[in-house]
Amino acid sequence: MADDNNGPRIGVYVCHCGGNISEVVDVDQVRDFAGELDNVVLSKDNTHMCSDIGQQLILDDIKEHNIDKVIVAACSPQFQGETFMDVLEKAGLSPYVVRMANLREQCAWPHFNHPDLATQKAKVLVNGAVANVRNSEALERQSMTIGKKVLVIGGGIAGIQASLDLGDAGFEVYLVEKDPSIGGHMAQLSRTFPTEDCSACILSPKMADVPANENINLLTYTEIDDIEGYIGNFKVTATKKARYVDMDKCVACGDCEKVCPISVPDEFQEGLRNHPAIYAPFDFAVPHRNLIDDTLCVRCGNCVDACKEDAINLDDEPEQIEFTVDTIIVATGYDVFDPSEKKVYGYGKYKNVITAMEMERMIVAGAEGNPIRNPGKKIAFVQCVGSRDEQIGREYCSRVCCMYATKMASLLKHSGPHRDVYIFYTDLRAFGKGFEEYYKRAQNMGVKFIRGRVAEALADDPEGRVTLKVEDTLTRRIIESDFDTVVLSTGIGLSKSTDKVADMLRLAKSEDGFLKEAHPKFKPVDTNIEGVFLAGTVQGPKDIPDTVAQASAASSRAIRLMNRGEYPIEPIVAFAHEEMCDGCELCVAACPLNAISMAEGKAEVNDALCLGCGSCLSSCPTDALDLHMYTNTQMLDEVTNALKDKKEGETRILVFADDTCTYRLADSVGTAKMSYATDSVIIRVPSGSRVTPKLMLQSLALGADGIFIGECEDRTSPFPHSGEAIRENFDAVTRILEEEGVSPERIRFVSFVTVMLGGFVNNVDSLVRLAKDLGPIPEDKREALVKDLNAKLFGVRTQA
Amino acid sequence: MKIKKLDLSEENVEFLVKISDLSGETVTLCEQCGTCSGSCPMVSEMDITPSQMVRMVQLGESEVMDTKAMWLCASCFTCTVRCPRGLDLSKIAEALRQITLRKAVDYIDIRDLSKDEMKRLPQIALISAMRKFTG
Amino acid sequence: MKVPYYPGCTLKTKAANFETSALAVAERLGIELVELPRWNCCGTVYSLADDDLIHHVAAVRNLIRVQEMNAQGLVDDEYRLVTLCSMCFNTLKQANVRMSENPEDLEKINDLMYLEDDYEGRVEVKHLLELVDELGFDKVEEQVKNPLEGLRIAPYYGCMLLRPTEVGIDDPEDPQIQTRMLEALGAEKIENPYRKVCCGSYQTVQDKKVVSNLAYDILTHARNAGADAISLSCPLCAFNLDSRQREIKEDHPSFREIPVFYFTQLMAMAFGLSEDYCGFDLNYIDPEPLLSAKGIIGGSNGE
Ligand SMILES: Cc1cc2nc3c(=O)[nH]c(=O)nc-3n(C[C@H](O)[C@H](O)[C@H](O)COP(=O)(O)OP(=O)(O)OC[C@H]3O[C@@H](n4cnc5c(N)ncnc54)[C@H](O)[C@@H]3O)c2cc1C
Ligand code: SF4
Repeated sequence: MADDNNGPRIGVYVCHCGGNISEVVDVDQVRDFAGELDNVVLSKDNTHMCSDIGQQLILDDIKEHNIDKVIVAACSPQFQGETFMDVLEKAGLSPYVVRMANLREQCAWPHFNHPDLATQKAKVLVNGAVANVRNSEALERQSMTIGKKVLVIGGGIAGIQASLDLGDAGFEVYLVEKDPSIGGHMAQLSRTFPTEDCSACILSPKMADVPANENINLLTYTEIDDIEGYIGNFKVTATKKARYVDMDKCVACGDCEKVCPISVPDEFQEGLRNHPAIYAPFDFAVPHRNLIDDTLCVRCGNCVDACKEDAINLDDEPEQIEFTVDTIIVATGYDVFDPSEKKVYGYGKYKNVITAMEMERMIVAGAEGNPIRNPGKKIAFVQCVGSRDEQIGREYCSRVCCMYATKMASLLKHSGPHRDVYIFYTDLRAFGKGFEEYYKRAQNMGVKFIRGRVAEALADDPEGRVTLKVEDTLTRRIIESDFDTVVLSTGIGLSKSTDKVADMLRLAKSEDGFLKEAHPKFKPVDTNIEGVFLAGTVQGPKDIPDTVAQASAASSRAIRLMNRGEYPIEPIVAFAHEEMCDGCELCVAACPLNAISMAEGKAEVNDALCLGCGSCLSSCPTDALDLHMYTNTQMLDEVTNALKDKKEGETRILVFADDTCTYRLADSVGTAKMSYATDSVIIRVPSGSRVTPKLMLQSLALGADGIFIGECEDRTSPFPHSGEAIRENFDAVTRILEEEGVSPERIRFVSFVTVMLGGFVNNVDSLVRLAKDLGPIPEDKREALVKDLNAKLFGVRTQA
Repeated sequence: MKIKKLDLSEENVEFLVKISDLSGETVTLCEQCGTCSGSCPMVSEMDITPSQMVRMVQLGESEVMDTKAMWLCASCFTCTVRCPRGLDLSKIAEALRQITLRKAVDYIDIRDLSKDEMKRLPQIALISAMRKFTG
Repeated sequence: MKVPYYPGCTLKTKAANFETSALAVAERLGIELVELPRWNCCGTVYSLADDDLIHHVAAVRNLIRVQEMNAQGLVDDEYRLVTLCSMCFNTLKQANVRMSENPEDLEKINDLMYLEDDYEGRVEVKHLLELVDELGFDKVEEQVKNPLEGLRIAPYYGCMLLRPTEVGIDDPEDPQIQTRMLEALGAEKIENPYRKVCCGSYQTVQDKKVVSNLAYDILTHARNAGADAISLSCPLCAFNLDSRQREIKEDHPSFREIPVFYFTQLMAMAFGLSEDYCGFDLNYIDPEPLLSAKGIIGGSNGE
């Protein structure tokens, strides 16, 4: 037991976990082994370290023996990590100088049938942890101050709901909507499934509440130009487009509309009616004021003369505005699939092939006693147009079409019981509350549901009836039948106008093209960027109830951050050792989040932007870049100690496990008592991209027989570009291994999701087997691997 | 016709695997939407529809060999460009034909054609028919 | 411009009129179609079984001929191989795509044909329509001396020009290339969704009624859309839509027969070339009455 007065004073506590550990691992041996390690001042064991008694033990030792760093060799840090951090904090130490050696999930449980080997491995794990903690930094718990201002982008039902929630809770909201009115798609709908409430009737009071709320700054007809900064300090620049109509004077009397010579298809009416260049968006628009679309206006001045209120100013100019906010909610919604892409259905060619949204408007017009056109007697709804279709690269289900078709079929049947209404579907998805009952009600009304995807729409006369060809898959009959109106139930995809916003905020997208949530289960409205949240259909197809629920969730997540006036931040961020930085700037481009900039010739990391993946470290030729909690020194020490006592003939591979997926996966494997080779040591990293090429080569040089990096799949990773970064690192290492005649099969990278238990086991086992087959890397080659390492690596890198 | 029970035995699975291998298509991907059947120019001549043919393969019903659908397939690729699951049914039909043809059992005999037809038919018709219907 | 040309068997016999008209119009457009030396049958249909590589040998052999033509100076650095027959086009191109996408298959095929040079994968299989499109339909328009005014022609594509998507020359659900050609020739445009419906192809050998039923549908819909004639690019479609009108007539005595042209015959007429190039004697339904009625032939501008 070393009692070096200058070095750290480490206390090690080995836990029995009430037998969970001690029935497999010889706790006494481990405790005694740890006691001999450098800087370890005392080593103890206890049946339950997490109990009050266990915690008190640590507290007492810190006081009595001046312990300043702690190892708890017990369960997974995912499990009790916070507990022991709190203990240290209580004792007046930094909570970041405790490490846990994972003896339960990653040793005793998976290796329960090899007690001896498990004990050996427990020592290795403790040895690694001690090495890591020795140079751990006494970081402080950190927090940032934060204000109470929120930007909500998009004024559909999602944005409206979020703004009202936030406004009511006393937060200051900027609601930015690109169109002249808020309301979004919901404003266009006839009624809403499954209750058949009139959409305008339930939406318009909510819309009216927005300008009435004193905490909401409503900015319609406004586009975001730029957003810079980070949580607590987002700088927003936006342009209010010129409306040419004074909002204070206009009473929306409509006189101007009558004299305007222009007439173009009205988007809100899905092109089924026209509007002049000066118009009000729709009859319950908020704000309900006219405006001039300057792309249409010919400046004839007729309206200026007609306006009794003198509200029109043809010289109006756009206005740039700037403000800062603390958090952002993105609610920019969806675009309906453009069915002219799906040529088999003849949309745009055949007059009687229309979209669902057109049918919504036809139903509204009909109900208002001002019909646009008569849909006729025999009507077909064609499901899955632009959904679940690999031919156009849209594989997902749009989730609303089955029910909106059922809704419109019911409404058509209700207003004209003589009508024959058919819904041709692939699978009818009636999963929501009250949906099954609604489906049944439609069947009861005589709506005919036919299970078959429409193959084709044909017409000799483009103005005439349309023939549909479809198999009734339940009877295997081929239906070839004419319809008066064919309604394409078009799916929904991310709105194009979201792209610019997503780029500005660096938001990731999921495979279906919608914006990606931080975690599909536990952070469904958070994004990969702190302080930015998603609400509504930007995150994926959903109906109004789900949209509203999500909007409220997003506002409460934003409130959670802002309410206390300060919020805790993770200390795991990159930093630069100033004295080592030579100002090469390679790291600036390496950070996918642009968190690194140069200040007076030295790299500087913006803590608020840095997510702490560590991928920038690989770009630094001078080792100046580093990562708190996982510093270069700590990592190398841990690796060194984890390999130190490897004996002749033994095999050992290092598994660098990312904290979000692979480390938890390994825990689950242990919990399931699935076994894998004991010749593996799991090392926790924030992301696989923290493992630099240098660290990989050093590990091999120090005696690792194989290296395995596990990382979340890109889809579920909190770090959007880590997969790419890891692959780049692998390319660099592979080249060097090949040059030195070491098999590149020794390094392996696998993307995991946390349910792939078998995948983890197989990968570890097969790499161990392979390493055994290959035998150890000969001493001379190991030395060669790290010789002139910097030149080798950065030679390779600059070439690449 | 009586309803026959399926017991989903190992032979059924083997048949599915065989057709999947021979066609290079992941037959289990079919979601039975019927797009292929609605698109098929020959369907009105068939005894089972194309989607039914795929279903029988999915279930490993080797009785599909006794049906005519695969022989009526004209390899027009209409289903291929429309299948929402990206399956190429023309390959599945070819695999089914090959099972018979590789047993040296031909589906047609060119000698059955009348003199007049022989005279009228262009070469490409004859050659392609031989390629598709004889081993 | 000299371009390698693969005729295929039927172009030398039953569809000789397709070839004579094509060669003549191509020449007018400044394209010399140089017939491959030692070409062999392409197999007419692309083999679809995954393990059936041997059947692609026939197609690949013809592609190797293109390499040889370049080596021998018969063409000058020209790796486009032009076909007229849609079936040959499809078979050659599908085989070519498979070779370029699967290097392993290419290697195996090259091993199988060890007496030949290796196929290098450089050839591009093109249908004449594509080649003309690349040249520009304005060039076609420049050659038109005898516009097909008043002639209402429904283009028919069938399958082999359009599907599968990897080899198709146009949108499989809304092809336009023939329409652009017909517009350049001055004909009236007819849009008809049945232009992409299969004519039954080789089923014509097995059961002619199956095919005549399909042809009846296709032709009737073309008529309903107002067409006087059909234009196409495949000798098998031509047989099924033209010759099989005999069987249609047997089943539907009131059926109004409709002439079927190769698009190159229409080009030849519009270019004012002699009727000899068109070989209308090989057409089953004689198009001449229609052409005279519309004043396209019978004038004095033939060469
Ligand atoms: C035909 C059809 C019928 C439907 N029927 C029903 C039904 O009966 N019941 C039901 O529950 N659901 C129904 N839905 C679904 C419903 O429309 C959605 O759930 C809901 O409208 C989603 O609202 P949202 O706010 O997420 O998106 P949106 O309504 O699309 O709102 C997004 C808003 O953001 C704005 N915006 C976009 N980009 C920007 C930008 N860059 N800057 C500023 N603003 C921007 C847009 O202008 C828009 O106002 C139907 C959908 C369709 C297609
Ligand atoms: S189109 Fe594709 S998915 Fe649909 S039934 Fe046919 S094979 Fe199956």
